[in-house]
Parts: sequence; structure tokens; C-alpha cells
Amino acid sequence: MIDKMDQIFVLLQHWLVAFLPLSLQPVASVLLAVVAIVCVFPGLFALTTVFERKGLARIQNRIGPNRVGPFGLFQPVADGIKSLTKEDIVPSSANAPVHFLAPIVLVVAVFMGFAVLPMGRNMVLVDMDAGLLFYFAMGASTEVSVFMAGWSSRNKYSLLGAMRAVAQMISYEVVLLLSSVSVVMIAGSLSLTKIVAAQSGYTGYFPHWYIFTPWGLVGFIMYAIAATAETNRSPFDLPEGESELVAGYHTEYSGFKFALFFLGEYLAMFSISGLGTTLFLGGWSAPFSFFTFIPSWFWFFAKLMMSIFVFIWMRGTLPRLRQDQLMNFAWKFVLPLTLLNLMVTALWRFMGEGWARWGVCSAILIAAYILMGRVGMYKEHFGPRRYRYAE
Amino acid sequence: MSPVFYLVSAMTVAGALAAVLLKPLVHCALAVTVAFAGLAFLFLSLDAQFAGFAQILVYIGAVAILIVFAILLTKGSELPRDGVFSRSWLAGVVISAAVFAALGWAILRSAWTLPHETAVPAVTVHDIGVALVDRYVLPLEIVALLLTAATIGAVIVAMHEKEGVK
Repeated sequence: MIDKMDQIFVLLQHWLVAFLPLSLQPVASVLLAVVAIVCVFPGLFALTTVFERKGLARIQNRIGPNRVGPFGLFQPVADGIKSLTKEDIVPSSANAPVHFLAPIVLVVAVFMGFAVLPMGRNMVLVDMDAGLLFYFAMGASTEVSVFMAGWSSRNKYSLLGAMRAVAQMISYEVVLLLSSVSVVMIAGSLSLTKIVAAQSGYTGYFPHWYIFTPWGLVGFIMYAIAATAETNRSPFDLPEGESELVAGYHTEYSGFKFALFFLGEYLAMFSISGLGTTLFLGGWSAPFSFFTFIPSWFWFFAKLMMSIFVFIWMRGTLPRLRQDQLMNFAWKFVLPLTLLNLMVTALWRFMGEGWARWGVCSAILIAAYILMGRVGMYKEHFGPRRYRYAE
Repeated sequence: MSPVFYLVSAMTVAGALAAVLLKPLVHCALAVTVAFAGLAFLFLSLDAQFAGFAQILVYIGAVAILIVFAILLTKGSELPRDGVFSRSWLAGVVISAAVFAALGWAILRSAWTLPHETAVPAVTVHDIGVALVDRYVLPLEIVALLLTAATIGAVIVAMHEKEGVK
């Protein structure tokens, strides 16, 4: 019974495919899995928009959407109908073909990333040998679409937003890749299913997730910072900072094209959270050995939604960074620490089992963190700030 | 030669031609991106996963973006008045013809089919990784050194201008 619940979607797929003739079955099973991904994640996106607006509202001591349906739950339906019926305005000076293609390229590239994420035991669309590389290749393609959108709109806010977005995405993509490399070094594979398998197993009640090691914790924090920047979420939302740039690269988009950008942004958030879950949080494995009876797909989506919750929480808490702070943070703090973390990972790999490596690796990382913080803060002056003209 | 091969090749060639023949520079850059994507699909259709994904990651994610940035930062995105063809086009034609001839000669001289080849050569990412740190470790280190030197050089070039301002 437990096994059946765990594999319910796989069994359902097999049952549905069995109705078709044998020659069509491979195509049909892939098609079914694709349709499932294309339906589930936009559905989750619809729920998340309500969740986010409600969460932010509670943080800001408001009520949030509460008019459409019970607790405002049908708000995304209303929004969807609204964006479908709205007029699609293309600026007369815009570069029409590129303007049209940009949102499509974005959504396609983002959807491709889900193909390699293992969402449960035996639940992965393509189990690729180079799955992680595929994921990052697709993530890199979204930058082109952001640039296309900003450039083709012929609007200075759009272009500035696109330039900011691309500069930010390039800077933080280095960190994103390097923090994942440490996982690859320990797991010894680029295949995401093998990375999840390497984290299965329990010591006592506790799982062997990579986040519970010194290098894994640092790697996860760096990954989370880079992921927030990569998805243009607050506090790294300069590319679309509404008080500075109207809406950044999608200023000139309206109607359903804007909805596609919105969808692409949230889907990128889901997929990058899914990847972080897979790399550091044990993928679909249960957090305690006595919880293994709960289906694997439940754990994957639970961890995913937890990450989304943290994203929303940070958005409600932290103020936006300045452009120079953003770049300095990436290149002078996050990147050196990630590089050091790579070396520590190698040390961890070759020191062998035992408590010694815990002590040595933690000590190196904590010392580096404190030292870099002190050096970085050396020239900063804290205390009451005096403004020259505002007194 | 499957229909997929012809489709992807047509896309690659069309992208490359458009990159040369289109007038707005940003359109050229986007067309080059299409050509890069076509090359990546060609690699993938040959079961070379690593090369294909690395092609997308490096060429679309980095090189195309670099080209686009260079165009935007150098104000080259506006159309030049006096046509887009440079005066030294004859030399350009000679050089590109020479490169094409050399490549064509090399390809025509190579063996058409390797004997006793299995349908899917089993070169995994693991094999590539082992080969990189085992047999090709010296070239890898040299490339790494070269890239580091280039990065430091780029930083120095960029820093030099700022000193005058301060």
C-alpha cells in the first residue's frame, strides 16, 4: 500500500499508456509526463501568486486578496481571464519579431529545466547522464530572452532593466555553478537521480543530506543567494525595481505576453528551488527515517514549497540592494567563499571518515567567513549616519 | 542522414548566413545564437551530450551575451550610414575561402566510416572527466593558466582608465 502510494503517478501513467497500441506507447508515456509537468507547475504558480500576495500582506499588516472565491483563492483565475482579454500592445517603434519571440523563448527554456528534475522515486522525465549540465545550459538560455525583451521594446527602462538583469545573471551564475560543483565532486556524478541516490540512507533517524555537512551548508547558502539573484527576486530585484525602472525588461509587455513573463519568472523560481532541493536537501527523500512511509513526491513538493515560502519571506523582509553593492557582494564575497568551499570539499573527500574532517572543514570555513567579513567591513563606518544636506 | 539532421543543418546554415547578411547588428548577434543552438542540436543528435550542453552553456549563455553586451556598450547597435560592408571585403573573402578549403580538405581526407563502430559510442561524462585529469591534464593546466592570465590582463586594462579619474 505504501509502495503503491509512493508510485501512484508512475502506476497511473503505465495504466493509461496500456490502453494504446504497443507502437505508440513510448511516445505516449513521454507525452503524458510532459503534459503532467506543463499542467502541475503552472497550477502551482497560480496558487503561489495568491500565497505570495497573502503572505506579503500579512507581513505588511494587511489582509491581502479576499474578494474572489473563499479566502481570495480564485484570484489567479480572475487574473488569468483578465490577462487573456486585455489588449496586446506592441510599441510602434518596437522590433516586432524579437518582441514577440522573447516571452516564448523564456517560457520554453524554463520549462526545459524541469525535464531533468527527479520529483519522486522513478519520477523523472529524462534521466540524463549530464542532467545538471543540461539544467544549467537551459538556465543560461533565459538570459538571451531577457536581453531580447529589453532590447526589442525600444524603451530606455526596458533596456536598462535588461542590462542590469543580464549583468546580474552572469555574475551569479558563476556562483550557482561553482556551488553545485562541490556536490558533483562528492556524489561523483552529473546525473540528478544519482545525486539523490547518493544522499539516501540514514544515520539513526537523521538523513545523509549534503546540507548537514560543513561544505554542504556553506554551499547551500551560496546556492540560495545565487538562486535568489538568478530569479531576480528581492533583495536582488534591481532589474525590475518598480521604483526605479517601472518594470524593467517587461515594461512594454501587456496582456498575455506579460502573463508569460510572470509565469516564466515563477517557473524559474520553482525549478531552481527544485534543483537546490535535489542537490542539497536530499531530493525526494524523507527528512527522518520514521517518515519514509509518506510518498516521495510529497517530500519533493513540500521542500519546494518551503523554499518558495523562504523566497516570499525574504521579499517581505529585506530592502533592495544597490547595483554596486550587488556586484561587490557577488565578486568579492560570495565567489571567493564558494571557491574556498570547493577546496574544502576536496579536503573533505580525501580526509576519509571520522570526526577530524568535521572539525577541520568547519574551522576553515568559519575562519574564512569571519576574516572576509572583517576585511570587507574594514573601511565601512557604522554608527549614526550624518547627512550633509538633510539636517 | 535522417530528416532531423537536414532540418538542424538547415537551421544552423540559415542562422549563420543571417548573421553575416542581416544589417542591424543585434539581429546578427541573435542569428549567431540560432546558429550556435543548431550546432548544439547537431552534437546532441550525434549522442554527444556533454559537447552539446557545453555548447549551449558556453556559446549561448556566455559568448552570445558577450557579443550583445559589446554591441550595446560600443554604440554599434545603430545602423551605419555608409553601408555595412567594409572596404577590405576582398581580403576577408580570401581568408574565409582559405579557412573553408583547409577545413574541407581535412574533412574529405578523414575516414568516412570507422570500422566496427557500435551505433552509440559509450562516451559518458565520467569518461570525459577522467580523460581530462589523466591523459590531457597538461593541456588543461595550460589552458587554465592562459585563461587566468587573460582575466588578470583584462582587469588591469579595465583598471588603468580609472586611475586617471581618481
